[in-house]
Amino acid sequence: MTITAPQKTAPTSPSLQPEGWLRYLSFSVDHKVIGIQYLVCGFAFYLIGGAMAGAIRTELLSPVSDFMARDVYNQILTLHGTVMIFLWIVPVVNGAFGNYLIPFYVGARDMAYPRLNAVAFWLIPPAGLMLISSYFITGAAQSGWTAYPPLSITTPATGQIIWILSVLLLGGSSIFGGINFIATILKLRRPGLKLMQLPMYCWAMLGTSILVVLSTPVLAGTLIMLSFDIVAHTGFFNPGMGGNVVVYQHLFWFYSHPAVYIMVLPAFGLVSEILPVHCRKPLFGYTTMVYSIMAIVGLGLVVWAHHMFTSGTPPWMRLFFTIATAFIAVPTGIKFFNWLATLWGGRISLNSAVLFSCGFIVNFVLGGITGVALAQVPFDVHVHDTYFVVAHFHYIVYGGSVFVIFASIYHWYPKITGRMLDEHLGRLHFLLTFVGFNLCFAPQHWLGLNGMPRRGAEYDPQFQLVNQISSAGALLMAISTLPFLWNVIASAFYGAIAGDNPWRALTPEWLTSSPPPVENWKGEPPLVTHPYGYGTPANEIDLNSASGSDLWRGGQ
Amino acid sequence: MVIVINLHSLKRHKLRFGVPIPSAILTLVLGMLLVLGGLWIGQNINLLPVDASANAPIYDELFRVLFSIGTILFVGIVGLIVFSLVRFRRRPGQLGDGLALEGNLPLEVFWTAVPAIVVLFVGLYSYDIYERMGGMVPLGHGDHGSETMVDQRIWGGIGSTQDSQTATTVGIAPLPIEVTAMQFAFLFHYPDGDIISGEMHVPVDRPVSLKMEAKDVIHAFWIPEFRLKQDVIPGQPTVLDFTPTRTGNYSIVCAELCGPYHGGMRSSVVVDSADDFDSWLQSNRKIPAAEA
Repeated sequence: MTITAPQKTAPTSPSLQPEGWLRYLSFSVDHKVIGIQYLVCGFAFYLIGGAMAGAIRTELLSPVSDFMARDVYNQILTLHGTVMIFLWIVPVVNGAFGNYLIPFYVGARDMAYPRLNAVAFWLIPPAGLMLISSYFITGAAQSGWTAYPPLSITTPATGQIIWILSVLLLGGSSIFGGINFIATILKLRRPGLKLMQLPMYCWAMLGTSILVVLSTPVLAGTLIMLSFDIVAHTGFFNPGMGGNVVVYQHLFWFYSHPAVYIMVLPAFGLVSEILPVHCRKPLFGYTTMVYSIMAIVGLGLVVWAHHMFTSGTPPWMRLFFTIATAFIAVPTGIKFFNWLATLWGGRISLNSAVLFSCGFIVNFVLGGITGVALAQVPFDVHVHDTYFVVAHFHYIVYGGSVFVIFASIYHWYPKITGRMLDEHLGRLHFLLTFVGFNLCFAPQHWLGLNGMPRRGAEYDPQFQLVNQISSAGALLMAISTLPFLWNVIASAFYGAIAGDNPWRALTPEWLTSSPPPVENWKGEPPLVTHPYGYGTPANEIDLNSASGSDLWRGGQ
Repeated sequence: MVIVINLHSLKRHKLRFGVPIPSAILTLVLGMLLVLGGLWIGQNINLLPVDASANAPIYDELFRVLFSIGTILFVGIVGLIVFSLVRFRRRPGQLGDGLALEGNLPLEVFWTAVPAIVVLFVGLYSYDIYERMGGMVPLGHGDHGSETMVDQRIWGGIGSTQDSQTATTVGIAPLPIEVTAMQFAFLFHYPDGDIISGEMHVPVDRPVSLKMEAKDVIHAFWIPEFRLKQDVIPGQPTVLDFTPTRTGNYSIVCAELCGPYHGGMRSSVVVDSADDFDSWLQSNRKIPAAEA
């Protein structure tokens, strides 16, 4: 929708693929088209999920249930969580940027399995439409995005089954994508390109894809068992038939905690690409960054029960998961200190991409600090399932991942469309988003500490003022999308021409035309062995006058 | 001589005093100010409701420590970012790159070690807090070990004690109460006197032992002023022990999504003096009075 087709396509482009804007509605196997499909589709679902968030914050303006019926409120909160996680953040940080960037970064002309790639994307729109339409047709699921039994077994079955089917489709899409990324990164690298020379986003996507492939099948199996409990009246999780509800929680969180890393690790990778370019400095501590990602992947698989400290968990389990969870702070901390060191001594362009990246660091540090606190069992038993937790995970997934998505759009829009975004609108967008987000979610920490549980349409009247402040923040966040939308749409037609490499970046996606041709490069893919080689001594190549493509062409 | 620390005035100091203030000293002073400020904020800003149970002050102690550490880290990192963005911003006319600094192993070892030590400290400290709250007591494995076969496993929350191992408060026998959670209410049954009530009455300063069971879906029993929460799980009884320390009327909140009226699933706990509690017990004895 926001994309202009290239004026002329390469004469060697395969003619079996549709041309022009129709490509974006087709079963295209071009990784760049698929990336844009993921991005635009994800953003459409973000607007829907955001409208639901608006409905929730409107309901919470008053302590009584007066804006919508109570069961509708539960449907909306279930859909809000599911849409934002499975249809916006996961597909966009993985599918959109992964598909667009990974083949460039490994020096390939497409992903390893282009058709599987297209299948993975085209599972998403039907799954999403099915999920949303269940609200209008039968009533959507009401048991939260966690779908804990027995609640999910006792609430209206049709909505719950549609929810399960669409999450299964989205999980399948995610697994297909994960397999594709692993194969592409490990097997499709340009000859001569070593693993430790890859841009950091490749490592992030490799780690994320390992998590996807290991943990998503567990969720799929769990949800199939849950659907049997609902449809065929089996008793896996039905205590009335000898089932165990806590087992579901273990299986669910075995996926859904790694899902947090599936949402934030790619964001870490994207920030690692954006900051060095705009700071004109190498990424600080490349090797430790790689090991931190892998440490997060390993630890991320063994922390799931910290979501269950108030369920039925024996003391030793609480202790183990406290320690494992708290230790994730160490590799995560390394990454944050490395970014700070990347900023230090740089020549930082204070543009929208950098502002959103730094906003991400600020928000995520706060979310990480509350996360370490929540990992402590005695702390968690008070605030578990309260607005403290709501604030914490919004600081992680919105303040973290969504801020990075915006930073990435500001950074890569010139490559994708060939035109620049407007900086003034971008900074306005950042200001509104940052202020609105913190106004919305910071007060919720206090709400949780003082006794407001999650997921209720009604609450104690003493919390009304703070809830209204939070809702005002949500309104600001809603308004903040307007300058952004105007910016991406108007700039696609009227933006300044970007040129091949407006940021003078060194990573391979900038060493081709904007937008890039089908199959990415005319001629040989460049061999980029120093993707962060900024700040090189002046006697070698003058970066002020040379464009990135001059570097790999040797200045010809 | 008192040196006014100003992040943006390094150059001015150089002019005023003739010599540059060594950055190590500046860093040290700033670090000390940061730590002191964080400690002050952690100790003096209260974000929690009133404490009304024996383990609430222990919880608040942990909270203040975490709040202090969190404040120091957050303010420090935000300060660094803002300083970097201002100090190292590209000024008009500047074209060159930043420093070609690819890493610094000692520095990286330092900021791996420091968070690891902090996290280890926090973990050990919270383990200590957890133990003082009674969380590490085996959950009735002593006398219930054999009953696992008959599906009577007792699971519990903090302060759980089936045996009298953690009779922290003198030698008073705990008051047993059976809690039943259902959509959308809590019911309290006092075996002593066979009282059923919709509102929980407990005497101050006497241990209370809850045995909780859910009829339909998962609920959670939460008293914010007691800093305690435990899920109430169908098919799997859970226990929760506490000792109220402050008389008053506090909310019992359901904290686990349990259906449309989840937000309205509340009750209250009345912490009475021992005499008031006895008279409540006497007046309600054998008369099942279920209040909404």
